Amino acid sequence: MHPVIPYVVAAALFAFGVYGVLVRRNAVLLLMAVELMLNAVNLILVTAGTVLGQVFALFVIVLAAAEIGVGLAVILQLYRLRRTVTVDDVGKEDGEVPA
Amino acid sequence: MTVADVLLLAMGAVAVGAGALVVGTRHIVRAGLWLVVALGAVAGMYLVLTAELVAWVQVLLYVGAVVVLLLFAVMLTRAPIGASADLDRARWPGLLVGGGAGVGLVALLVDAYRWTSVKPPDPGNAKAVGEEIFRAWVLPFEVLSVLLLAALVGAIVISRPDVGSR
Repeated sequence: MHPVIPYVVAAALFAFGVYGVLVRRNAVLLLMAVELMLNAVNLILVTAGTVLGQVFALFVIVLAAAEIGVGLAVILQLYRLRRTVTVDDVGKEDGEVPA
Repeated sequence: MTVADVLLLAMGAVAVGAGALVVGTRHIVRAGLWLVVALGAVAGMYLVLTAELVAWVQVLLYVGAVVVLLLFAVMLTRAPIGASADLDRARWPGLLVGGGAGVGLVALLVDAYRWTSVKPPDPGNAKAVGEEIFRAWVLPFEVLSVLLLAALVGAIVISRPDVGSR
């Protein structure tokens, strides 16, 4: 088994995650890109091949689940208040709803 | 090239392609469904890497729970069903930083590992992982359960309709 294959895949997934976080305007899509990055890190941890790496990967998966739960609650509340989940509009004044 | 290499290459190609579509597609719902494909392919890679416990936890938690939550959020925020043109802001900063990170990481990892070959670990290590968690890492494990409880309570409190309304 050549470990460089999963390592390169993980690097590519991480790069797509970074691109998605920077480019996407919809908050839900932003969270999806964060998930891609977390998965890339997990892939590297598992490819390292030790039991310890797998333990860390499991911890990261649980942390990602907690993060997604709180993140989606924030997004839902944001939608309830502003009627939009576009992250560019978050800092705007109340009532200034984009078209 | 062994069978494991071929499998890793195939599933890696699926994961990378699906990952590109997650951040590239104009349909919000399709991005979530492509995320399923990408995470499933990564779970397959875990299986080939003989980390079957992580693979099944990935299928259960990510593909089963996280993606369902994301799709719920897509529906609850009334996302448009069809293609939407305004999902992305200007692309060049993302391309620059993402591409830089990708090229840098690939260069680093390829330079570190070249085409070296390692013997894959023996399959069936769920017992070893469990022993490691409940011997060496039992305190972080318990802290993690407290964190999950805090996240649960926090999510409920944040999403209460009477908080923040006026």
